[in-house]
Amino acid sequence: MTAPSSATYSRPMLLDRLDLSSAEFQRLTGWEIKPEGACKGETCVPLPNGDFDFVTTAERLGMAVVQDQPDGRWAIGPETLSGRALTTTDTSDFALPDLDGKEFRLSSLQGQKVLVLAWAPY
Amino acid sequence: MRQELNPLGFELVDVCLEMGGAEIARPYVIEAASTHPSLIDQAHAMDARFGVTNIPMAIWIDESGSIVRPPEPATPPPVGTAAESIVELIGDRAFREKYLARLRDWVTNGPESRYALSPDQVLERSQPRSPAVSQAAAHFELAQHIWQHQGLSERALAHFNAAHELEPRNITYKRQAYSVVGVQRSEDTEMGRFRQAPEAGEDWPFVSDFNRDLIEHDPALAKMLGLI
Repeated sequence: MTAPSSATYSRPMLLDRLDLSSAEFQRLTGWEIKPEGACKGETCVPLPNGDFDFVTTAERLGMAVVQDQPDGRWAIGPETLSGRALTTTDTSDFALPDLDGKEFRLSSLQGQKVLVLAWAPY
Repeated sequence: MRQELNPLGFELVDVCLEMGGAEIARPYVIEAASTHPSLIDQAHAMDARFGVTNIPMAIWIDESGSIVRPPEPATPPPVGTAAESIVELIGDRAFREKYLARLRDWVTNGPESRYALSPDQVLERSQPRSPAVSQAAAHFELAQHIWQHQGLSERALAHFNAAHELEPRNITYKRQAYSVVGVQRSEDTEMGRFRQAPEAGEDWPFVSDFNRDLIEHDPALAKMLGLI
C-alpha cells in the first residue's frame, strides 16, 4: 500500500508573487527539491546548482506560468514532462472537498477498487 | 451499479466539475440518493491532474491506490434525470451495457481482468499533454477565479477563450464556460446550463460553441441531433 505523500494535490494554483521558497513549491505542487533536483515519486528532474528559483524550476518541469496582467496574479499549469497527462499511476496525493466542504482524500479508499467518475450538470 | 458491486469491495466516487460550487451539484446528488462520496471540483483539477477532458469520463483505481485505467469515456453517471435522458437521446444503451460488463469483470477478477492495464499502458493511454495544455489549465484557473469575483468580465472571457484555443480537445473547459452564458440567457437555470451554442443570429462571446464542435468532430451525431 502506498503511503500518502505529505503534499495534497489541489487547485487552484494562483500566486500573487513568484518568489516562492522550495517548501512552498512542494506544498503547492508536490515536487520536492533535493540535491539531485526536483523530485516526485521516482522521477527527479535536475536543476541548476544554487538557490531554489521558482521560475527556472517551473520551466524545467514544463509548468506554464501565466499572468493575468491587470492585477499581476499568476496561475501555474501542471507539469508536462512526458508528453502524457499521467506520469505516475499513484493517486494518493489527490484530494477534493465533498459537497459539505470537507476534504476527501482518495487514499482513504485504499483497500477497495474505486471508479472516479467526472460529471457535470452542463 | 454501485449497489451491485459495493459488496465485492468496490466504491464509486462522483466528482462534479462545476466552478459554481457544491450548491449546483447538490440537487442532482440528492435526486440520485447517492450513498457514495460526491466531491466538487471547482477548478477542474481532474483535468490538470489526471487528464480528464470531457464528461462523463472515469478512472479505475485498484486497492493500492494505483490507476489501472486512465480517464476515458464512461457511461453517464446515475446523477439526475438529465444523464438518463442523454442516454436515451443518443441511444447509448449498448455502450452502457458493455461498459458495466467490463467493470464487473475487473471488480471480480482484479489484476487478472483483461481490462486492468499495466502501469506503462496506463501512462501511455492517458491524454496527450503538450506545454499548450499546461497553459490552457493556467488560463482556465484564472478565468474561473475572475468569474467568481467579477462574473463574466472581459478578462474572464479572454482567459476562457485562451484556454479553449490552446486546448481545443478539452470539452469541460468549453462546456463549463458555455453554461455560464446559457444560464444568463435562459429563464430556466437548469436547462440554461445545457444551452451550449448561440441561436441563429445571436452574438456569442466564445471562439467556439458546442454545435460547431460537434459538427466538426462527430458529424453522425450532429446529424442525428438535427444540427446539419
